[in-house]
Amino acid sequence: MLQYTTRRLILSVPTLLFISLVIFLLLELAPGDPMAQVPLTVPDEVKQRMREALGLGEPMPVRFGKWLWQFFVVEPLYLFDLTFGTSFAEGQQRVISWQTRSPVMDIVAQRMPQTLWVVGTAYIVAILIALPIGIYSAYRQYSWFDQAGTFVTMVGFSVPPFFSGVLVIVIFSVQLGWFPSIYDTTHKVTDWESFVVQLQQMIMPVMVLALQITSQLSRFMRASMLDNLNQDYVRTARAKGLGEKTVVLVHVLRNSMIPVVTVIALGIPSIFGGAIITEQVFKVNGIGQLLITAIQANDLPMVQTLTFVFAILIVLFNLIADILYGILDPRIRYD
Amino acid sequence: MTDPHVQSPLVEERAPDPQGVREAENADQPPRSQWWDVWDQFKHHSGAFWGMVVFFTIIFLVVVGPLLYWNDATFVPTGRAFLELRDMRPIYTVLWEVEPKVSWAHPLGTDNLGRDTLARLLSGGQVSIAVGLAAMVVSIVIGTLVGVLAGYIRWLDGPLMRLTDLFLALPLLPLLLVAVLLFRDPLSSALGPEGGTFILIVTLVGITSWMQTARIVRGDVLALKEREFVLAARSIGTSNTRMITRHILPNVLSPIMVSATLGIATAIITESALSFLGFGFPPDFPTWGKLLFDSVDRMVQYPERVIWPGLLISLTVLSVNYIGDGLRDALDPRIRGR
Repeated sequence: MLQYTTRRLILSVPTLLFISLVIFLLLELAPGDPMAQVPLTVPDEVKQRMREALGLGEPMPVRFGKWLWQFFVVEPLYLFDLTFGTSFAEGQQRVISWQTRSPVMDIVAQRMPQTLWVVGTAYIVAILIALPIGIYSAYRQYSWFDQAGTFVTMVGFSVPPFFSGVLVIVIFSVQLGWFPSIYDTTHKVTDWESFVVQLQQMIMPVMVLALQITSQLSRFMRASMLDNLNQDYVRTARAKGLGEKTVVLVHVLRNSMIPVVTVIALGIPSIFGGAIITEQVFKVNGIGQLLITAIQANDLPMVQTLTFVFAILIVLFNLIADILYGILDPRIRYD
Repeated sequence: MTDPHVQSPLVEERAPDPQGVREAENADQPPRSQWWDVWDQFKHHSGAFWGMVVFFTIIFLVVVGPLLYWNDATFVPTGRAFLELRDMRPIYTVLWEVEPKVSWAHPLGTDNLGRDTLARLLSGGQVSIAVGLAAMVVSIVIGTLVGVLAGYIRWLDGPLMRLTDLFLALPLLPLLLVAVLLFRDPLSSALGPEGGTFILIVTLVGITSWMQTARIVRGDVLALKEREFVLAARSIGTSNTRMITRHILPNVLSPIMVSATLGIATAIITESALSFLGFGFPPDFPTWGKLLFDSVDRMVQYPERVIWPGLLISLTVLSVNYIGDGLRDALDPRIRGR
């Protein structure tokens, strides 16, 4: 197992380097110039020096190398300094956003909590709803609960978040006036009342996201339970007189959870990646919204860094899912 | 799960299938092709059947509708007519509102420029569905090509599958947004704003959604390659090209068809999402996602402008997903005939 993990970790390095190169080359084609907003009265040589200060004006491979250095060495060092109070990264150039002229990672750190709160809660809520629905619909296959559940998950699977989000805003915020339609990220939870306000503003985005994740997960859970319910070991368990509850919730569930857990792990990068569309609908200024504004403002270092962070998370959680699969299922051996 | 879906006539005749009994009873009837069996199974899957009815109804309406409907999607009234025709409500608002601004000439109302909503929905649907179908074709062609090559030619397997893994690790939506932004202007100036964006979006959605198809096809091809009928074909001197087109491809057709169906749904959703984020077609060129995006600002006064396009997107995707579900069941010979 350890050998497999090490091999995969080593293999993921060239993958990530290649991905970063792909992103870099794609952004290299971008037509924008960060000096376009600078007044025409500024002389050309000053503009050129400003470009160089932003790390432009050098040949492409040099800039790519510099970006790699900044991302993989300077930023981690800076994080190390922040946690332990050392000063390794002092005087080193960090990845700078063209929009705000401040380090990209600082902005990401500001935006991360909002995304994690909304999308993370949605993910947990979705798991908590999806698993029982999947288990019960598989256990009572073709019952009315199963039929209804299958239909609802199919609808949840098909309705895009930019419609379900807008629909719940029309219903709950415009017609009924129960919840605010805009997520207020400056809101601080200090006492019970502000906690209720926070809860109210979180309900709609969380539910819209959870509907989608629930649909995928519970379909998966149901299929996995159905695969296991007819296995011989289930008959054995019943034959030796175990209660129905033990059979389903211990024997079958444990085996059915194996693929579901990996699917859950595979979905985690999307939490950090932010639900770009849902954040846009509810005006949550999280990571997804940051990415959209960065793309619109032609802020290439920001886009490059954010996209690459997403790529790292995807590769990492793919690896974690594979390892989890190997740990949970003794039949699978990576040798 | 990974059993190959055997449909080659060579093997089908000998396979001890569940229909053996039924076929013996109707021995005097002419032989039926397997597609009749698939259709029989498919139409008994009520969700899939109704999904297909809904999907073809939507396509029919969207294609024939603009020819029959009396309003033009691009007509913008000017002068006095503009004030009279703009911001009309749908005809059904009469039921609960006091003297709304409605007219039978514009059954679903008009937008803030006086353009007819129903006409725009119909022509927007043409674009959305066309994008969905075309992107599906692109993605299926790439996916099948990569899958067959990787499964059939041994030395290509490693590189092509690494490429697939690489694509799966890319954060697709951000890259799609970036790519649309980068290539929209050059392509628009080369091929016109509508044609350029259409080709751009179809290509981008196609080359970012072929990976699952490639994986499934490769797995099936790997299993098929070892079967006796391939050996038999090879022993009579079938060339590789003939082998792939005549023996391998027909046998991997069913997973390809299922992914093709589900691919339409993904493509429609992706196109609408791009339009919704403002990275889609040019402003006066309606698609369902674009119509929804344009109306979000006024959804408090005119909720119908948001609800109708959203409903149409959801209904189309839902019906396509149901078709895919039913097709998967109908094409699986182990379930068929139950």
